[in-house]
Amino acid sequence: MLDDFFFRALLATLAVAAVAGPTGCVILWQRKAYFGDTMAHSALLGVVLGIILGLNPEAGVFGVAFLVAAAVVVLQRVSRLPGDTILGVLAHSTLAIGLVAMALTDNYRQYELTAYLFGDVLAVGREDLALIGLGGLFGLLVLAVIWRPLVAATLHEGLAAAEGAKPLRNQLLYMALVAAVVAVGMQVVGALLVVALMIVPAAAARTLAHTPEQMALIAVLVATLSGVLGLYGSLWFDTPTGPTIVTVAAFLFLGCLAFDGGTQRLGRSRGVRRDVVRAPEDDA
Amino acid sequence: MPPHDSGELLIRASSVGVHRGGRWIIHDVNLEIRPGEVVTVVGPNGAGKSTLLKTLLGLYRPDAGDVVRAPGLQIGYVPPTDPVQFDLPLTVRRLMTLTSSCSADIIANALGEVGASHLSGSQVNELSHGEFQRVMLARALSRNPDLLVMDEPLRGIDFSSEAEMYQLISEVVEHRGCAALMTSHDLHYVMSRTDQVVCLNGTIRCMGAPEDTVDHPEFHQLFGTRAEAYRHVRHQCQGESLDT
Repeated sequence: MLDDFFFRALLATLAVAAVAGPTGCVILWQRKAYFGDTMAHSALLGVVLGIILGLNPEAGVFGVAFLVAAAVVVLQRVSRLPGDTILGVLAHSTLAIGLVAMALTDNYRQYELTAYLFGDVLAVGREDLALIGLGGLFGLLVLAVIWRPLVAATLHEGLAAAEGAKPLRNQLLYMALVAAVVAVGMQVVGALLVVALMIVPAAAARTLAHTPEQMALIAVLVATLSGVLGLYGSLWFDTPTGPTIVTVAAFLFLGCLAFDGGTQRLGRSRGVRRDVVRAPEDDA
Repeated sequence: MPPHDSGELLIRASSVGVHRGGRWIIHDVNLEIRPGEVVTVVGPNGAGKSTLLKTLLGLYRPDAGDVVRAPGLQIGYVPPTDPVQFDLPLTVRRLMTLTSSCSADIIANALGEVGASHLSGSQVNELSHGEFQRVMLARALSRNPDLLVMDEPLRGIDFSSEAEMYQLISEVVEHRGCAALMTSHDLHYVMSRTDQVVCLNGTIRCMGAPEDTVDHPEFHQLFGTRAEAYRHVRHQCQGESLDT
């Protein structure tokens, strides 16, 4: 079955979806959507550097994305510029430098720009798949270890630190995880859309979940469903796979939003429940 | 095992100073907290109360002096936060296991202790300030702390509920026998169970038992006899000039 390019693409997509779901949840909680975007913008530079250094492009993307993330954190501490300014500067300069570096390399033609921008999951080979699968498992393992302290620090860094968590270490591990998702997810949906793979399923899950774990799980389900439906959809409609996957995710998000709105109108909303719960205190 | 002999200290701060943004937020602070002791830090806004707490908790590294915490010290921290700041889906039940897992019994007990059992299924960011502070107190208690650290536990709570909250903290601390360290920006009110009042403004201006610092107990009337709130008068501090 692994000989079938479609089956390989399916497995690769599922592996990425499993890690992108919970990773995206934390991005939403920490309001780091543009942070992820900045990492993705630096991907082209990573590809070029990876090839120049004789590594594979994914390793280059991972390295550059992580360095950019670290640069953002450092710049936020030492400069007086607001966070979004730093992100905007870094995102677009790294993209521009990546394009320039690409043009400067000898065999410019060897780069398939569209494959990097929009992904080419149907081209995933056996070795790629093994790497993506192992990377996915490793990513989930790291997430499992840092999950509770990461959620705690997301809620309140001081609280987490006071009670024994190591927020800085966990945050660095988490940023490495985002960089890895960018590097691997780029093969599935491309650099332009890789952040959507993290954010859209998480946003869909936010409307339905009551706990962080529920949200992570629902995000994985939405991402998985988007991957499967997107792959088959791209086959059916003969559309590019990456954008099709994200389009499905967008519709699933709309569906979740509508479902949540519907239940609220039926009086099961959190707002209504809150008033019921608050009533005893009003008497006190 | 954390120390419970009255002789040992939970935390000792010696000549502690914290330098931020070109100035000393706090300096020359000496403070000791013993097991079971209740310490209230009062002072105006910007006096460095939160900074002192964070330094004692180990969140800030002191730029001068040092802080020693008893090995294995279990701390329950109630940070100065608003419920609406939280952007993630979180039930009160899940909040209870935020930094460490604990049994359903412990969670139920802790929530019962603060009178918040009915909130266990609620979303945290939809609680009122009063409910939220209770729940955060329960969360800290569920860790069975040797020391309860509360930064502005009355934050955002309306006047009528303040006394109730103080009464609750007082009962809980009494019942648990744990030490407690809290801040209040309100110079006037210090709970009756407080063993030590620390007047802070950059450095410790004065400290002592509340009895020594009480003026008229007219606040007993305001708060009812059970919620004995002492008026920590400025007279000890006045000479020190809190405005400097």
